[in-house]
Amino acid sequence: MTMPFYASPEQLMRDKSEYARKGIARGRSVVVMTYADGVLFVAENVSTALHKVAEIYDRIGFAAVGRYNEFENLRKAGVRYADVQGYSNNRTDVRGLGLANVYAQALGTLFTEQPKPFEVEVCVAEVGDSPASDQLYRLTYDGSVGDEPGYVAMGGQAEAISNVVKERHRDDLTLAEALRLAVDALSGTGAERRELTAAQLEVAVLDRRRTGRTFRRIVGGALSDLLASTSSEPAAEPESAEEPPAEKPATKKAAPAKKATGKAEPQADAAKGEDSSGDTSEE
Amino acid sequence: MLVRHVEHLSTAITYLRGTTYVGRDLPGRLPVEFAYTGGSSFTDYLRVAAPEMLPGRRALPPGALGDLAPHGTTIIAISYAGGVLLAGDRRATMGNLIAQRDMEKVFPADAYSVVGIAGTAGIGLELVRLYRVELEHYEKIEGTSLSLPAKANRLAAMVRDNLGAAIQGLAVVPILAGYDPTAPDPATAGRIYSYDVTGGPFEEKDFQAVGSGSLFAKSALKKRYRPDVDEAGAVRLAVAALYDAAEDDTATGGPDLARRIFPIVSVVDADGVRQVPEDEIAAIVRAIVDERLEQPGG
Repeated sequence: MTMPFYASPEQLMRDKSEYARKGIARGRSVVVMTYADGVLFVAENVSTALHKVAEIYDRIGFAAVGRYNEFENLRKAGVRYADVQGYSNNRTDVRGLGLANVYAQALGTLFTEQPKPFEVEVCVAEVGDSPASDQLYRLTYDGSVGDEPGYVAMGGQAEAISNVVKERHRDDLTLAEALRLAVDALSGTGAERRELTAAQLEVAVLDRRRTGRTFRRIVGGALSDLLASTSSEPAAEPESAEEPPAEKPATKKAAPAKKATGKAEPQADAAKGEDSSGDTSEE
Repeated sequence: MLVRHVEHLSTAITYLRGTTYVGRDLPGRLPVEFAYTGGSSFTDYLRVAAPEMLPGRRALPPGALGDLAPHGTTIIAISYAGGVLLAGDRRATMGNLIAQRDMEKVFPADAYSVVGIAGTAGIGLELVRLYRVELEHYEKIEGTSLSLPAKANRLAAMVRDNLGAAIQGLAVVPILAGYDPTAPDPATAGRIYSYDVTGGPFEEKDFQAVGSGSLFAKSALKKRYRPDVDEAGAVRLAVAALYDAAEDDTATGGPDLARRIFPIVSVVDADGVRQVPEDEIAAIVRAIVDERLEQPGG
């Protein structure tokens, strides 16, 4: 009965972008950053089942914000892509860049072809041998891909979070320091600041010291201990870096505590068979 | 003008109905990994995305092919208090020749299971590779591990897929040993699953062996096995049983002291999979050899 009125391609694309941006801005944020021994993922996420951060392959992790069902589809597709690559070639031949390109192509196609674009932002992280060789790719709803050295912040408050992380991020942060920085950034600044507790956080790392599958979730007691090991003094002393002993007890504690909590952590346990020395070798 | 609008609308409707997209790297289409709507099995996914990669799918020429390729032999599984182990010799044979003297036939399948293979070496290695990806793929897609019986069933399906080739002489018979972290009693949480060319799995108590030397290994174990054996005792039993198998079966390799080639033993317990270090096995082998100098029958 009513005729669809004419809309120019520019208008259509603008509308789609705005729609996607609004959807993403509603969600809670995620920070991904490199630290001395790997890549850290921290998401504000109260659910312990609906993950925003996940394992893709041996040295590749995934983080996303936006609509859960949409980025969950992307995550599964990424696992399929990586497993086929690794199976047909070798496990070392699965690269983050390849995955980022596949995602970029898919998101670009969805953006131009579908009436509704995906309301997601994705980070593909590959851990290297040193912080300098870590790769972080940020993909947006329209398929643009950016190579972001050091850290990526995504979600509603991405810009504010980026500003906090930019000031204090260094490649040689310990795990505890990096986690503190990420949590401080996610907690917000000024009047909107709130304290995030372990129960509101989803934390995982790609640990560069391991061989085989490097992805580990940090949950339960291990996470609380790690958070407690650097007290929250955001404004007073932003450089809490002068506490080198903070790292060793924290990582040492992390491994047994993971078990003590009794949480089913298949990814965490999985590579143990291939690499049982991982946790203790650096002591 | 009107025509264009109608076209636009109909395109939109086609999308809403859910067009299926298949194909890769074609403009305007989603790659197959995004379009796939199946479950969490890697093998099922390959069947759609890349069937040529599946092992059981290749056409074979008629006739017996058993002498074409190297065969691996004797794998032993023993359950003990608190765990289970898998031990394998290192020999691969081709007819009366030794094709490889340091082959590995025991592999960790995931955090809580190990798999060993007897039979055609190339097909066996491919089966293990696919099986490991299958378990890991499920774990990543679903966010949790398969239960131990499910792991055994997945392996059975893969063995069954090879039935045609097995009948022509290219058989692979695996054996799976796993620890069930959800079992009520950790002392009896170790499980052994054996297979035949038609599939399985057959759950075994105490111990089991596959491969050409399995008859002798099982005879040796029958006399020496005790249900309350501990891990160190079970490792020793396994190495001794492989020694006995190698004495009577030419296709099973005995320990090679000169080249330092020793059996591979992997244990699985509540802490996961762990391969027993080579120097520990070497010490056990030396003790057994010394013993046999006095008493050749063991």
